Amino acid sequence: MSSFADQLLVLVMLINFAVLGSSRIALAIRAVAAQGVVLGLLPWLIHPFSWHLLAIMVGIILAKGVLIPWLLTGAVNKAEIRRETEPFVGYVTTLIIGALLTAFAFVFAGKLPLAPAHQGLLFVPASVATVLTGFLVLTTRRKAITQVIGYLVLENGIFIFGLLLTEAMPVMVEAGALLDLLVGIFVMGIIINHISREFSSIDTSRLTTLKE
Amino acid sequence: MTAGTFIIAAILMAALSGIPALFLRNRSLGQKLATVILVFGSLIGLAGAMAILVTGQAETYVVAWSLPFGPCEIGLDPLGAIFLLAVFVISGSCAVYAAGYWPADDNPATVHRITFFFGLLTASLALLVTARNGVLFLMAWEIMALSCYFLLSTEDEKPDVREAATLYLITTHLGTLALFAMFSLLRGAAGSFLFPAAGSLNAATPLATGIFVTALLGFGLKAGLMPLHIWLPSAHANAPSHVSALMSGVLIKMGIYGLVRTLSLFHHVPLWWGITVLTIGIVSGVAGVAFAIGQHDLKRLLAYHSIENIGIIAMGIGVALIGQTLGNSTLVLLGMAGALLHVLNHATFKSLLFLCAGAVIHATGTREIDLLGGLARRMPYTSAFFLVGAVAICGLPPLNGFVSEFLIYVGLFSGILDEGGAAVAVLALAAPALALIGGLAAACFVKVYGIAFLGIPRSEKTNHGHEAVRVMLAPMALLAVICLGIGLFPLVLAAPLAGAVHSWQPDAGMTGYALTAAAPLGWITILGLVLICLAGGIALHFVGRLKAEPVAGGVTWDCGYLRPAPRMQYTASSFAELLVKTFAGILHPHVTSPAMKEPLPGPARFASHVPETMLEHVFMPVLRLANDRLAQLRRLQHGQLHLYILYTFVTLVVLLIWAY
Repeated sequence: MSSFADQLLVLVMLINFAVLGSSRIALAIRAVAAQGVVLGLLPWLIHPFSWHLLAIMVGIILAKGVLIPWLLTGAVNKAEIRRETEPFVGYVTTLIIGALLTAFAFVFAGKLPLAPAHQGLLFVPASVATVLTGFLVLTTRRKAITQVIGYLVLENGIFIFGLLLTEAMPVMVEAGALLDLLVGIFVMGIIINHISREFSSIDTSRLTTLKE
Repeated sequence: MTAGTFIIAAILMAALSGIPALFLRNRSLGQKLATVILVFGSLIGLAGAMAILVTGQAETYVVAWSLPFGPCEIGLDPLGAIFLLAVFVISGSCAVYAAGYWPADDNPATVHRITFFFGLLTASLALLVTARNGVLFLMAWEIMALSCYFLLSTEDEKPDVREAATLYLITTHLGTLALFAMFSLLRGAAGSFLFPAAGSLNAATPLATGIFVTALLGFGLKAGLMPLHIWLPSAHANAPSHVSALMSGVLIKMGIYGLVRTLSLFHHVPLWWGITVLTIGIVSGVAGVAFAIGQHDLKRLLAYHSIENIGIIAMGIGVALIGQTLGNSTLVLLGMAGALLHVLNHATFKSLLFLCAGAVIHATGTREIDLLGGLARRMPYTSAFFLVGAVAICGLPPLNGFVSEFLIYVGLFSGILDEGGAAVAVLALAAPALALIGGLAAACFVKVYGIAFLGIPRSEKTNHGHEAVRVMLAPMALLAVICLGIGLFPLVLAAPLAGAVHSWQPDAGMTGYALTAAAPLGWITILGLVLICLAGGIALHFVGRLKAEPVAGGVTWDCGYLRPAPRMQYTASSFAELLVKTFAGILHPHVTSPAMKEPLPGPARFASHVPETMLEHVFMPVLRLANDRLAQLRRLQHGQLHLYILYTFVTLVVLLIWAY
């Protein structure tokens, strides 16, 4: 089973690159949704069945695969944007940086003092690579909506790491993290709407006037 | 049922008391409900605190939590119970008072907010005193600081209030920063976030010095010790009066509590700790009362008196610390019992004074002492209660302020007589300083009472002042009775106080008998009763003479003029002028006086004002300088969201590489 899990994790990392390399926002949202669904399936592969686990899986797939993408698509349609034009750093460059960061994640994970049970798995490198990708999207993209996508990728990375601890992690913590994310997306959606209404643009680099 | 159940129930009730008011459409009902719940909770809490004081037993409980900071321990002991008494008495009284002072019908926009945060503040204060885990303590500390911020900024449409609230928020977080450092150091010394047992840490290590200094900074900022008091005057003046009462009566005492609790963890403290605390106490006391004399704003003046009283409390703690160093348990007992009793006393009389000030503001709409006058005729009960509070705060018998200052005096004198060395010099300086504080406080309250309550009204508004409603007078009466009760029968408190000192420093000598042997508390009762009888006798004699002989009617303070006008009366500035001039070196008063050269000068104006000198002449210039010098650094704060995230990103990667 764990080799299948590793393949899914490779898929997750490939989706990272899809997010990094796409200029169409709709595609990026779908990619993140797919990543969420894949992550939702993972617990089933690595842990024995329990109702607690099932509840977590259903919750994650619903939240990450359906609800959040739906909210984001709504925001995109309302703000009428299709593409992330003129990012701070070009797509090819971010792809290369993303590749370097993924490589770094593998090197770094190899050096971590992990429990023997987790040693051979891809979980830790995939987690670090996804977190770093999320940061990369956050720093290089201009539109508020792509920033939200960056946060989602970042959270997915943290989630992968959490998978190793599912049995130790109380269900309340999981629910709390998921709720946090959902509320965050709500707030972001509202802010995006307001930004586009006030400034007739959702370019976050124009928010510098608010700094004082 | 144990005392702990009572206290925890009280905390929960206080925290939840304001929640119905948030949702109920009927604001008035919400406020009434909250008041009833809070008062009931306070009574339960009082019962618990008294049970601990009577039995003298310490109890600890462990609450389940899933945070990685060690067990969440809650503890009760006589030391904490003294502070719990203050918390529950004052917040219960202030909640009742609020129903009349801040009625829902007149303040529909703010009443639910102020009611909710008042309950939350009460709960956090009580939780703070019971917390035995550093992290839990900091949580309660922050809930306290923030709910107080929201209470303070209730009238946020006024620029003064916003400014005061912002200053408070900045300073309270600076204090929290110091406390974060302190608890980290404490964890280093004790090995966990749990408070170690009293007297278990060695005070001679550099780590202990770090803990002492950071505690003094963090707790001193909250307590308002000079020169860290800058937030206190404006915050107390601009909050609603019942909030000022709770802030001055209890909130700033949490700084004292934190300091006392931290100091209790050490044994064999070095002499310089005690001398430092004593000196800071002297400075706060004298400078606090000197600043108070120059104020024209009734609540600002009371706020400076809080600094003065915190100074007196710090003096008591200093005496106890010096006693601990010298191994003199009488000194420890007298100093700490005096300090703790003064905590309780200041909580009652200062809250009483703030509640009276609130009644005055409610009736006249102004805090300016120079616009008031002749209130004693229009508000007889309020002025009587204010007089009780004023006599108590001046440390005069037969009220409670006298008892605690008496304990500290006896401590100072026994220290001077008993020991040699460097301690004697400071103790010998402290006794006259305490006397000076008392004298100046008396002058200051003669000024307030004389200008605001006696004489004739200075403005139309004060002319129409009305007596406070009953629901406001009742808590004032309760506090006045407590002031008189403690002042007349201090013997009742001897055993509980000794118990509290015993839990501060476990030592066989800390008993009520030892305290009464060192300071003749029984005599205070006798002398107080004699004093009351004498004063009553003299008063009766004069009333009799007034009835027997014909009396000519006239105006108060007419100074021999034929038709005295209200403006001819003494003003607050003219009364205080001599003393303000004496202390001009530290007060830096702003005076604009007209130069009259011609024999028949035209109309002219005179104005004087004592600013917050420490803020204006020390902190602001330093901060302005820092602001200029650090302009380069501010380029990092450019408003580019992406680059902010990049900072985090780079930090993370650098940390990962470093770890690798």
